[in-house]
Amino acid sequence: MSDKGTRPAWLSRLASWDAAVIVITVLVLVIASGAVENFGSSRNFTFLLLDLLPIALIALPMTFVIVTGEIDLSVASTLGLTSAVMGDLWNRGLPIETIIPLCLVLGAVLGALNGFFVTVLKLPSLAVTIGTLALYRGLAFVVLGDSAVADFPRDYTSWVTGTIGGGAIPNVLIPLVVLALVFGLVLHATPIGRSVFAAGASEQAARFAGIRVAPLKFWLYVVSGLVAGLAGVLWTLRYSSARADNGLGMELAVVAAVLLGGVSIFGGKGTLPGVLAGVVLLATLQNALRLQDVSNEALNVVTGVLLIISVLLPNIVIRFRAALRRRATT
Amino acid sequence: MKRRLLAGAVSAALVLTVAACGGTTKNDSSSAGGGAQSTAQANPNAATKEDVKMAFLPKQLNNPYSDIEVGGGKTALDELKGRYKLVGPNDASASSQVSYINTLIQQQQDVIGIAANDPNAVCPSLNQARGSGMKVVAFDSDAAKDCRDVFINQATTEGIGEQLAKMAGELAGGSGEIAILSATPNATNQNAWIEVFKQQLAKPEYANLKLVKVAYGNDDDQKSFQEAQGLLQSYPNLKAIVAPTTVGIAAAARYISSSAYKGKVAVTGLGTPNQMREYVKDGTVTKFALWNPADIGYLAAYAGVALASGQITGAEGQKFKAGKLGEYTIGKDGEIVLGPPTVFDASNIDQYNF
Repeated sequence: MSDKGTRPAWLSRLASWDAAVIVITVLVLVIASGAVENFGSSRNFTFLLLDLLPIALIALPMTFVIVTGEIDLSVASTLGLTSAVMGDLWNRGLPIETIIPLCLVLGAVLGALNGFFVTVLKLPSLAVTIGTLALYRGLAFVVLGDSAVADFPRDYTSWVTGTIGGGAIPNVLIPLVVLALVFGLVLHATPIGRSVFAAGASEQAARFAGIRVAPLKFWLYVVSGLVAGLAGVLWTLRYSSARADNGLGMELAVVAAVLLGGVSIFGGKGTLPGVLAGVVLLATLQNALRLQDVSNEALNVVTGVLLIISVLLPNIVIRFRAALRRRATT
Repeated sequence: MKRRLLAGAVSAALVLTVAACGGTTKNDSSSAGGGAQSTAQANPNAATKEDVKMAFLPKQLNNPYSDIEVGGGKTALDELKGRYKLVGPNDASASSQVSYINTLIQQQQDVIGIAANDPNAVCPSLNQARGSGMKVVAFDSDAAKDCRDVFINQATTEGIGEQLAKMAGELAGGSGEIAILSATPNATNQNAWIEVFKQQLAKPEYANLKLVKVAYGNDDDQKSFQEAQGLLQSYPNLKAIVAPTTVGIAAAARYISSSAYKGKVAVTGLGTPNQMREYVKDGTVTKFALWNPADIGYLAAYAGVALASGQITGAEGQKFKAGKLGEYTIGKDGEIVLGPPTVFDASNIDQYNF
């Protein structure tokens, strides 16, 4: 792999930012538990986890995609279209056990379409996925209009909203934890992960090193769509409501969490634990500030400021160190 | 790598398929039920609780119409010495309200007043709230019946149809030709109101009124304007145009106010004070009607406090008092009808801003 002595430098820098996000997240959790009334209750903990689940799920493949230097803005629309199709098929009398795999396949196909445009036709992913963001959302409304389908089987909906043994941990955390472990290991401990970083750091260098960048990116989009489809299924069951507008605008929450977690929008840098910390941090702030009756507008301001800081701070540190080094050498 | 990922995707799908036992379809699924209806007995003579914490959760914040609704709720809670709170999403999507309901459960509010964006998506959370002893009042837009205690309905079909006929009769002076300018030919609400309107015209007191035409402006401003114009070309002796849609009434008023028919042909129907104000001021429109959104919130707050005080439980036939609006009786399925629409005219239009 191409890590000629530069690696320790960026690794330590990144590690420091990721560590910072994780530390801040833990601090916020501790402070909120102490200072915000009812924040620490087990039921609130359940709500918090249920609320962050779809964002955390979609953030996993999004991390890969952004590390390769691309982006997928169509994920929330994929979620919505999956949800709409799920409702439509349910209305047509298909068994739910058939519908769920079909919806996952649909998610993968929608992702593959993005991958095709980006890797085969070589179109910029920002433009492509803004296009499919509109296209998939539009199709969702074609499928279901503005109606909602709600009569999903109790066994399924109650499992998705239920907790393990009636405690604080939601059942749906199990697939999330499993997937997070898988994605984390693949990114940080396998050749695939190293290829992802290499492709993001320099696509040409990666190609010279024998990495087949285009197929890699294609499959990342397929996985991104598949996971968005899964999120759509879980979303629909959690709210017992299949709707075309489900998850509207969520792609930005996902990208925000990923960037806050220390992933570079230019690719090549990032860690999965950092991203998960970013997801938890944003969700915790939202939950705690709402309990304190802070308005939506103020919430948005806090989120915005945090994002700006997360982009600025590493840069400031880099420049500061460079300046120190210059001073040392002159 | 390609193959490995494909294999992963396929096996994931397989696992899910295999996990299926039998197959649950729409037909054999017991649809999502709700919480148990309160079995507690109502005590109409119970003391009205003070300090009731009631949170309003409209479809979205910063919407002029819902701002007026919850403003009425605040007024009522001030009268009742309750504690008013307003929360809500910035977008009217279905699931956005759920996390707010969850927050309100954590904050241990006594009552939630909700205008549901999706009757079912909010259901599990509302029932969790009710399970922890909270009361739920739906207003404006109902939640599923088994997830709330009562629903404040702004108006009944009969109430609106009768009010339209009454205004048309008065404005036409009891006799002559009248026409209706509706929205689209298949608009459910409008058609139901027009049906009641026609039944009213069959009554003896309206015997001399003749409905000559029902025109459709498709709730499009320009088309409604042209239809109003067309009505007067076809029926020059028309006494009144009745438009049971806010788009139609505004377009008809705009046409009449700038034509020779101003002052001769009455325009009435359902409209908002803000869009009709100038036509009332310039004499084109004498009166029109709509429910008063502030009263919806006001009634919701009184119903919420009555629930929290144990004076009602939401069962049909129970009665409670709602301040300046008087006494109300709960109808079928926990529905409480606000009453006849408010009539707006030159004397009161400036008291309203929506």
